[in-house]
Amino acid sequence: MVQITAARPIAKMVGANRVVQGTGIVHVTGDAKLPPQDEKDLRRKLVQQALDALQSNEKR
Amino acid sequence: MRVVHYLNQFFGGIGAEEHAGAGIEFRDGAVGPGRLLEALLGDGAQVILTIVCGDNHAVEHQEEVTAAVVQRLRDSSVDLFVAGPCFDAGRYGMAAGALCSAVQSQLGIAAVAAMHEENPGVDLYREAVYIVDSGASTLKMREVLGRMAGIGKRLVDKEAIGLPAAEGYLARDLLRDQLGSETAATRLVDMLLAKIRGEKFASEMSPTKFSPVPMPAPVKDLSKAKVMLITDGGLVPRGNPDRIEGTAATRWGAYNVAGRDDLRSEDYEVSHGGYDTRFVQDDPDRLVPLDAMREMERSGVIGKLHDEFLSTCGRSNPLSNTRRLGREMAEKIKREGVDAVILTST
Repeated sequence: MVQITAARPIAKMVGANRVVQGTGIVHVTGDAKLPPQDEKDLRRKLVQQALDALQSNEKR
Repeated sequence: MRVVHYLNQFFGGIGAEEHAGAGIEFRDGAVGPGRLLEALLGDGAQVILTIVCGDNHAVEHQEEVTAAVVQRLRDSSVDLFVAGPCFDAGRYGMAAGALCSAVQSQLGIAAVAAMHEENPGVDLYREAVYIVDSGASTLKMREVLGRMAGIGKRLVDKEAIGLPAAEGYLARDLLRDQLGSETAATRLVDMLLAKIRGEKFASEMSPTKFSPVPMPAPVKDLSKAKVMLITDGGLVPRGNPDRIEGTAATRWGAYNVAGRDDLRSEDYEVSHGGYDTRFVQDDPDRLVPLDAMREMERSGVIGKLHDEFLSTCGRSNPLSNTRRLGREMAEKIKREGVDAVILTST
């Protein structure tokens, strides 16, 4: 499992081993300030980070 | 006092680990440590029934075993149910906690268990059940049984039970009002001064301890893996068909996204009182990144995106709820043959 969240310290506190920093509490895999295409690119990047974490042995 | 005692295969005299699959047995009278328990309870107390069950069987068939015990004790005028001491036997502790909790809540029978602080049964049942702190060593059997007997008797007689440290049971995370001699402001400053001076001080509340979670092995081949999306941000279909609460949620749902490339605002709503949900309402992919995951599936980065995403609300949710929600979701994940999960949290 990998967790994407903007509140990474909370995830680490409860013991999550793989945590990816999300963009914001109100849009964890998005950014309402960005134009739609840029937002999609951002989301793709976050999801790719998450998928990378799933394949890695690194605690993060 | 009529007492029922629960023991595992080892303390019940069946055998060691190789007999952990033993099914449930009902035996008249006290068995093994139950005899000592009876003596310590004194006052004509009798262990009228001992229930013995193998640790593996108890955990693998928890619902059945619990139902069988409840059924057996229903209408049988039992005053006290005692389980263990389990020491650090984890499966035993889980079973003991589950049975004490069921017997208490479904039959109104007083119950007491005992186990080591780190027994997994503690985390799950400490709030519901009095669990005596047995430590890990069976050498303390007599002393532990004595404390169980003391608490058991007072529960039956409906007498007050003191604080955990005084009585030797594990803190239940319950708050009790008490009149003090000094105001909180005074106590606070005293505590702070002690801390600054490097002196010992006792915190009045202790932070919740979370046991470390072993790190699962990485996914070997993502291109063949089935991945599932889960969120605690409270995304639900319009109308919230499963009535998932926006605070202290007791339910979770599984929502089908087969054939969808994108989550549309008109199909979903957000049940979560803890954040400004406008942005997710406008584009639910901002919480559950279905569009990006569908692309990953199409391009073969992942083998398959599971057809459902799971959802609940994480706001102000006590651990007693979330531990159960997590366990139930984990069972679903295993049933569906999912290899990896991406959890998005607000």
